[in-house]
Amino acid sequence: MTDFLNDWGLTLVTFVPLIGALVMMAVPAAEEKMLKQLALLSSLVAMVIGGLLMLDFDYGNAGALQYVVDARWIEVINSRYILGLDGISLPLMALTLVVVPLCVIYSWDHIPEPGNPKAFFILMLILETGMVGTFVAQDLILFFVFFEVVLLPMFFMIAVWGGENRRYASIKFFLFTLFGSALMLLSFLALFFLSTDPATGESLRTFDMRVLTEVAGAGILGSTQIWIFAGMFIGFGVKVPMFPFHTWLPDAHTEAPTVGSVILAAILLKLGTYGFVRIAVPMLPEGAESWAPWIGLLAVIGIIYGALGCLAQTDMKRLIAFSSVAHMGFVMLGIATLTDFGINAAIFGMVAHGIITGMLFFLAGSVKERYHTLEIRRLGGMLVQAPRMGWILGFCSMASLGLPGLAGFWGEFPAILSAYSPAEGLPVETFRTYMVVAAVGTVLAAGYLLWLLQRTAMGAPREEFADSDDIVDVTRLEWISWAPLLVGIILFGVAPGLIFDVTDPAVVGLLASGG
Amino acid sequence: MLGSVLTLAFERPAIDWHAVAPELTLLGFGALLTLVDIVWLERGRAVVSALASFGLLASMVPVLTLAWDGADRSTFWGAYVVDDYALVMKAVFLLAGYVVVLLSTNYIAEGDYWENEYYQMVLSAVLGMVVMASARDLVTIFVALELLSIPAYLMATWRKRDLRSNEAGLKYYLMGVFASAVLLYGMSLLYGATGSTMLTDIDAAVSGDGAPLAVVTLGVIFVVVGFGFKVSAFPFHTWAPDTYEGAPTPVTAFLSVASKAAGFVALLSLVFVGFWGRADVYQPLMWVLAAASMFGGNLMALRQTNLVRLLAYSGVAQAGYMLAPLAVAGESLATADDALSSVVTYLAIYAAMNLGAFAVIIAVARRTASAEIDCYKGLFRYSPGLAVAMTIFLMALAGIPPLGGWFAKFEIVLALLSPGTAWGVALGVIVAVNSVIALYYYARIASHMWVEAPPESADFDTTTPIKPPTSVSAALVITGAATLAFGILPQWVGHFTDVTLVVALPG
Repeated sequence: MTDFLNDWGLTLVTFVPLIGALVMMAVPAAEEKMLKQLALLSSLVAMVIGGLLMLDFDYGNAGALQYVVDARWIEVINSRYILGLDGISLPLMALTLVVVPLCVIYSWDHIPEPGNPKAFFILMLILETGMVGTFVAQDLILFFVFFEVVLLPMFFMIAVWGGENRRYASIKFFLFTLFGSALMLLSFLALFFLSTDPATGESLRTFDMRVLTEVAGAGILGSTQIWIFAGMFIGFGVKVPMFPFHTWLPDAHTEAPTVGSVILAAILLKLGTYGFVRIAVPMLPEGAESWAPWIGLLAVIGIIYGALGCLAQTDMKRLIAFSSVAHMGFVMLGIATLTDFGINAAIFGMVAHGIITGMLFFLAGSVKERYHTLEIRRLGGMLVQAPRMGWILGFCSMASLGLPGLAGFWGEFPAILSAYSPAEGLPVETFRTYMVVAAVGTVLAAGYLLWLLQRTAMGAPREEFADSDDIVDVTRLEWISWAPLLVGIILFGVAPGLIFDVTDPAVVGLLASGG
Repeated sequence: MLGSVLTLAFERPAIDWHAVAPELTLLGFGALLTLVDIVWLERGRAVVSALASFGLLASMVPVLTLAWDGADRSTFWGAYVVDDYALVMKAVFLLAGYVVVLLSTNYIAEGDYWENEYYQMVLSAVLGMVVMASARDLVTIFVALELLSIPAYLMATWRKRDLRSNEAGLKYYLMGVFASAVLLYGMSLLYGATGSTMLTDIDAAVSGDGAPLAVVTLGVIFVVVGFGFKVSAFPFHTWAPDTYEGAPTPVTAFLSVASKAAGFVALLSLVFVGFWGRADVYQPLMWVLAAASMFGGNLMALRQTNLVRLLAYSGVAQAGYMLAPLAVAGESLATADDALSSVVTYLAIYAAMNLGAFAVIIAVARRTASAEIDCYKGLFRYSPGLAVAMTIFLMALAGIPPLGGWFAKFEIVLALLSPGTAWGVALGVIVAVNSVIALYYYARIASHMWVEAPPESADFDTTTPIKPPTSVSAALVITGAATLAFGILPQWVGHFTDVTLVVALPG
């Protein structure tokens, strides 16, 4: 069993959803039930394989890549098929593997307009392959391909099943991310050509991320590193999204169907921050050092701007989207400190944001289904009409604003704390200023979330919805798809060590190499 | 005087029959088609298409045996060379020709056009391309060019009773002849400056200090401009949109893929064998042409409402991507290898994805009788298979992984960055920016197909799926499989296109 997992585990967990999608293509569209079962089955199989991998994972050695696969792929450019799992990849892979089946379950009976569950689920499974692949790929070109694989399905998910303004939102999403990744690819190529072996001084000409992390930019001048880092900064920064590249996000989220928003918020955004942690920072330490204060600056601007944006929103979904900008700002602030403490906090923040904001988007979708609107000023009294849902919304808002004891706290608080003592060579005063600003951001976060809660959940139901039959409490399908996330929010809030213990050795190892 | 000419004994060159076997096979099938026409007359119509496609595939056999043999061959005093590069390009031409015949079969038969002659023209044009791949001499290149161009002029105007087709053919003909004249003039200058038509001799002469710089420069410019028309590089692209739109669609597919590739093959041979040593002359020229083609093609494509015209402009931009590596090709031998491989890779992948796009256009036009982008609205609703296929081809053209086009663009950028010069990096950034511009119009078509409802006022059926004829379906399967395979396992194409041309000159 262990041998099998070692050789095939990661390949299977990545490609099982894709195989499921291919099988679904062969099934006629009229067989809706069978298609849904197939989709659920393939995502569950992937989850089980992922679970086995996690059970078998050597946690004592979480800093090292495990289950490494290294096979020939594109020899002409010296790119190989390398997969591996370490403490940084593991939580994010697990997040993906859990969220996708939940999305399948949630969509079981509500495929958004204009229907066509076959295409909808096929796209979702292709997305899963792309996302899992990105988190386990250990070759830059393989990483790039997986990173891009998610673009098309997401584009179509927004474009076909989205809201009114979906054409604009989908193309904007597509263009922004492609622009970023085109520049990112140039940076990858620069790394390929310029990285040298510190021992011999020869050009390495490799895309192997293990090697590139090991040499950590040796042989590349600091000034060149700044340029290469800039390319990656735009590539990953668009995906995160960092201020000022964030403008695609509110549009995409507002227009996307519910599960599209959930996947986008819970996982796709993490591809960007993961790229920073895995590629940009360790491979270009000097570039990172030069950029860190600016990343920190943009991060805190994002925190404040996102929070202010939230306060100005009239649409619940758009508000949650802007809150993503703010929360990802905390994650980026943690990364910008370039300390193991900050990056650990960032990874925790990614997972926590994935669970909590994913959950909030689920809620927004359910609200929309019941009230047929997300306009905050028309909502109200959810605690009266659908008390359980109202309480869940309250719970998630508390988690999102960083209440201690819930998962959100461990994403934000350590990130702020880490800015107190950034890595050596970074301007301490600047980062401490960022710390203060970010702390103000948490107050604003409490403000907009509580205000949202007050306006939507509390008070008496509005007249127009008072007698509506559509407004029912949480349904069984919703319970099934939400329960794991709610449990996760509490579990990771009470026992943050579950994640920190896994990520820490890997982060320390990543930062220690080369430098 | 006359006596001396007459006494000049004609020395028959030693011909390597194996090396020219693909050309002879094609020629044989062309002759066979003529015979079928003469003997069977109308009855022959049933078999000509099959015979032509069989001929193209049969010509692949000697290409494969030559590849198996592996040795580089040179015949006709070195004017005709069969090496890996030539073989890969021959294979691309033959297979592209085969797909074009598949696309043409129903179109030509149902249109009641001159079928037999049409396939003879196709074979003749492919013959010209196959010769072009091996030509290493100015005269041979020119003969090959005319051999492929003249049938192409005729094919463009094949729908004789259609005004637009006539316009297409006439425009193509006039611009083509003009380009040929420019090209010939450039060749004559090169011959005058170097005293030889052999590319290797020209390289030796222009690389040294002996050759007059002004004449060489002019010669190179004229030659490149001449082929600039052929590959529809900006600003020599003006014939392309009108010709593409007016010509029968299978012919357009042929022009946009095979004919363009043939122009590139000639350019590659010229640059890498003929004037590789004169990087100072051709590099800036290629840089400007490439950048102008990318921006020009993509920006003009943004406003098109007809899919064929859009693909014409996107073809201009694609030509720009392929010209780009030539702008750094002279930096070093290693860069030259990278640059050559990248263009050959691009040509092979481009053939698959562009032919695929045209296959969908042909299939859809059978229902809608139009290539207006508006006619593609809602295609996903009533014909999901074709919509998915078209999406795959368009996104491949845009370069989205894991579809074939990404690797083509990747190789181009790799070649541009490999010498590490500022000009190379700048062009790499231009390629990146243009990929994003191009994505806009490709994605717009995709969202027409997927998002919109079928047009209500349509005078065609928007409820039942479009069922393409068998041969078009076959073309779709071939090109679709190739597009996907090249993207997921690029080694398959990369292995073959990893070719080399430049031979370091002694001294």
